[in-house]
Amino acid sequence: MTQTIPLNAAGDDTTTIETTYRDAMRTAIRQAMLDDERVFVMGEDVADYGGTYAVTKGLHEEFGRDRVRNTPLSESGFVGAGIGAALGGMRPIVEIMTVNFSLLALDQIVNTAATLRYMSGGQFGVPLVIRMTTGAGRQLAAQHSHSLEAWYAHVPGLRVVAPTTIDDARWMLPTALADPDPVIIFEHNALYAKRGVLDSGRGPVDIERAAIRRAGDDVTLVASAGMVDKAVAASDQLAELGISAEVIDLRSLRPLDASTVQTSVERTHHAVVIDEGWRTAGLSAELSASITERCFWTLDAPVRRVAAAEVPIPYASHLEQHAIPQTDDIVDATTRLLETGR
Amino acid sequence: MTDTELFSYAMPSLGADMDEGAVIEWLVEVGDTVERGQVVARVETEKSDIDIETWRGGTVAEIVVGAGETVPVGTVLMHLHANGAEHGPTPLPSPAPTAKPREEISFPLERDNSSRGPRPAPADRAPRVPHETVWASPLARRLAGERGIALLDIDGTGPGGAIRSSDLPELAALQAHSDHPPTAAHENEPRSRTERIRSVIAVRMARSNAEIPHYRLQYDIDLGPLTAHLSTVNAERPIGERIVPAAALVRAVALTAQRHPELNGTWRDGRFRPGLAVNVSVAISLRGGGLVTPTIRHADDVTLDETMRLLREFTTVARTGTLRSEWTAITSSITVTNLGDRGADLVHGLISPPEVALVGFGRIAERPMVVDGVVVARPVVIATLAADHRATDGAIGSRFLSTLANTLQHPEQL
Amino acid sequence: MNCFRLDGLDDATALELLGDMIRIRVFEERCAELYADAKIRGFLHLYIGEEAVAAGVMSALTPDDNVLATYREHGHALLRGVPAESIMAEMFGKATGCSGGRGGSMHLFDAERRFYGGNAIVGGHLPLAVGLALADKMVGRTGVTACFFGEGAMAEGEFHEALNMAALWNLPVLFCCENNRYAMGTSLESSESQVDLAIKAAAYSMPAWAVDGMDPLEVARAARHATGMITAGSGPVFVEFQTYRFRAHSMFDPDLYRSTEEVDQWKQRDPIPALAEWLVEHGRADDIEIAARWEAARSETDRAAAAAEAGPLEPLEGLTDHVTAPARTPDRIGAGR
Repeated sequence: MTQTIPLNAAGDDTTTIETTYRDAMRTAIRQAMLDDERVFVMGEDVADYGGTYAVTKGLHEEFGRDRVRNTPLSESGFVGAGIGAALGGMRPIVEIMTVNFSLLALDQIVNTAATLRYMSGGQFGVPLVIRMTTGAGRQLAAQHSHSLEAWYAHVPGLRVVAPTTIDDARWMLPTALADPDPVIIFEHNALYAKRGVLDSGRGPVDIERAAIRRAGDDVTLVASAGMVDKAVAASDQLAELGISAEVIDLRSLRPLDASTVQTSVERTHHAVVIDEGWRTAGLSAELSASITERCFWTLDAPVRRVAAAEVPIPYASHLEQHAIPQTDDIVDATTRLLETGR
Repeated sequence: MTDTELFSYAMPSLGADMDEGAVIEWLVEVGDTVERGQVVARVETEKSDIDIETWRGGTVAEIVVGAGETVPVGTVLMHLHANGAEHGPTPLPSPAPTAKPREEISFPLERDNSSRGPRPAPADRAPRVPHETVWASPLARRLAGERGIALLDIDGTGPGGAIRSSDLPELAALQAHSDHPPTAAHENEPRSRTERIRSVIAVRMARSNAEIPHYRLQYDIDLGPLTAHLSTVNAERPIGERIVPAAALVRAVALTAQRHPELNGTWRDGRFRPGLAVNVSVAISLRGGGLVTPTIRHADDVTLDETMRLLREFTTVARTGTLRSEWTAITSSITVTNLGDRGADLVHGLISPPEVALVGFGRIAERPMVVDGVVVARPVVIATLAADHRATDGAIGSRFLSTLANTLQHPEQL
Repeated sequence: MNCFRLDGLDDATALELLGDMIRIRVFEERCAELYADAKIRGFLHLYIGEEAVAAGVMSALTPDDNVLATYREHGHALLRGVPAESIMAEMFGKATGCSGGRGGSMHLFDAERRFYGGNAIVGGHLPLAVGLALADKMVGRTGVTACFFGEGAMAEGEFHEALNMAALWNLPVLFCCENNRYAMGTSLESSESQVDLAIKAAAYSMPAWAVDGMDPLEVARAARHATGMITAGSGPVFVEFQTYRFRAHSMFDPDLYRSTEEVDQWKQRDPIPALAEWLVEHGRADDIEIAARWEAARSETDRAAAAAEAGPLEPLEGLTDHVTAPARTPDRIGAGR
């Protein structure tokens, strides 16, 4: 079902609407296209098909096929075209079906979008938004399920965000579109159906600060994308065990909001980093190092990581679920850390 | 280990609220050999004058901060040459049977400085935490450094016996205080010593009452043999060297605790951890209100005379405000509270967490006792035991009091 | 042997094309010298021998057109109007360079002149050309996007993706293939199954043909024809310019993959002396006019080298400038009005 959310202007009386992450994202795109002629959507099957995850469903009927533009299966080509269009004054939103497919466009994103401003001494910027899904959990196996956010978070010149709440799904996009540099938005596939209350009068939000989703005193759980809700669920279980866990939703993976993490860890003296990506050379490695660099003298135990098993994501449900961090894994790791210091 | 190895000795932090201290006088000079634990200087803080001791033996190479100077916590006060033989920690007595031996690791200490000679005090540097030869979390290390706590004496609960912040004595209370100031308005107001002590007691005792399921036992102990023995002993001594019954009671508790390790230790992270040694804390009331609990380290190895000497020192020093950190910086394994001659008949106390037992003594008084079927007046003390029901049950507590009573029937063996 | 034809071009244009080729030649010969002198470092790819292509195509473009080039782009930048001082300073790594010393020889840019680099991933800029043309089309701007690339790029997937999209969406792109017969050291015959490159492009349903890239007049005519078609709405056009580089791929290249005889044969067709001779022979220009072009080019290059030498280095504090924009724009898109 496609839900059309009334488009409330920022500054109106706050209106809250029960909706889904998917519909909130669509509302964000729709409002941007209504507001600004330069905004258009481009990607594989974004028009009639409605996008792989139905985010753009119905938009081509309202805005036409020029502004909701189906592309050939040419990830490098259409991402490059998005960069060119951004250089040419447009504000494209390019959709890539999954982060796995984005590797076909890695050249364009890393070699071109991220470098043009620098190589040109600031003469050219690339105000491009690239949306892509990430994550496992739908039994899509090893070429549709990986979490490669860290690959992009590694690259100077890019901004990388991962909205996890309904509000962020709605309100990060306006900020991303207004940014003069390329912004990659990672949408975890498990979030699209998430229901919640949208504050439709809230207005654009920042895309560089982490948010505390649950306050706590004993340990800091740092998570992003699909891991945030699991970390919150873990904090509920931990509370029953008498452990007060603070949950940080990174929101932005580049720049990383290390200071929010630092402030929390300096208070709790314990950190558990949760990442659906692999541990080796991954986001969790970066966070762990950053916490150790910044908080060494306040740590009461080593930084603990909960990350995906070092395997290509398998198809069979029990294997897949076992391969990625679950709420119980977070609870186990946290209790062990607090009880035994490891 | 080379004899040219230099290490530095910095202004310790002797409390969460101590930012700086003034060296009143040095008790050592260049060339002196100092032993681990030796008092090296007297320092004036907002709180009181405190004797500060070194936690590592060596030979004084240079005194950097002169008497009369006020410097921030962490400022290097002097440099010392390490003496090979004295470099290591004082060997601990045989640990309790279940205690794991701690791995000890030596770190070379600023070896490259030896050729450069002494440096001026690096005032622009962050406080340096000395490298102890123990495993400890960074937080525990930092807090211990700030509070002048010797990590060597602490029984860690982390991996491989590593020390975590929760293993530091008094820390829970101090933490609670520093993390949650009572009200914003009071944040910057200096508090009196009495207020600070009150705050620590408040936090610790509230925690004790809230967390520990106490069970309580009492036992009337005939002190006839003890009082008789002490009369004999004291008759030959000058007043200053006489032994009072309180010292014998402490000594008896130490010997009893050694025989009942189930009650000598701490409760942490859901389980009982036997103490590495019998370290007996003694509650000392202060005139202005409040109490402090200096600890007698390895009390089961301390003679009755020495116990008496320590108690006397505790009492005197506690009242003038210069408790030495060696008395407060180690993990105690059991506490004794003694109401004294003018006190109540008995005391039902609260355990001092994370310990699992508190032994209380009321006033010693002539009470009727049945001896050989005849009621007679005897000097009696009512001993009580408050114990943590998570760690032990009443039967063990009961045996403890029974052992204590028996021990006191043979005062010559104390 | 010289059989140039004006055929629609005038004398002045022909002399202009000669002058443009001379500017590139003089500038780049100085670059080689300065490279040997260690003033220029990194990779330096010289265009010497291929000047007719840039001269001819650039002469057909207007300031409203977009230009994208490869890492062998000094000539294109120069003829597009990027000041020689700015180009040379960039190669010297100076703050006065067009990219403040961040790009070097391979990454020359000029926003004012719609010169979009200076792209050193072979084939990587072709999709950009498609996007620029798409933007122009969507906002109703007239103008052609001219995209230069070597024949080596035609083995890249991005070439095929870009041509397909440009044709599919009927976009105003002029694909300019500079076929110098070698992708670095790999000859066309050893890397392409179909060496008639126009056939490959024609497969994407766009007009495509080959012209002699050693003949500046032929190139200029082809470019005018192509831009005329595109402006009239034909959609993208592909032109292959058959040319040859006289020097090695880069200053690091010992040139082992081709014979001296082959290089010498092509040098016989050097368009600069050939066109000069033809112009004089046919009385369309005199020696003095031509000598003046050489003199002007030398003087331009001297000034550029001197200015580059004197230019300041970018301060180290500027290292992280331009990684992202200095300030975020306060406006928001899609916040509602």
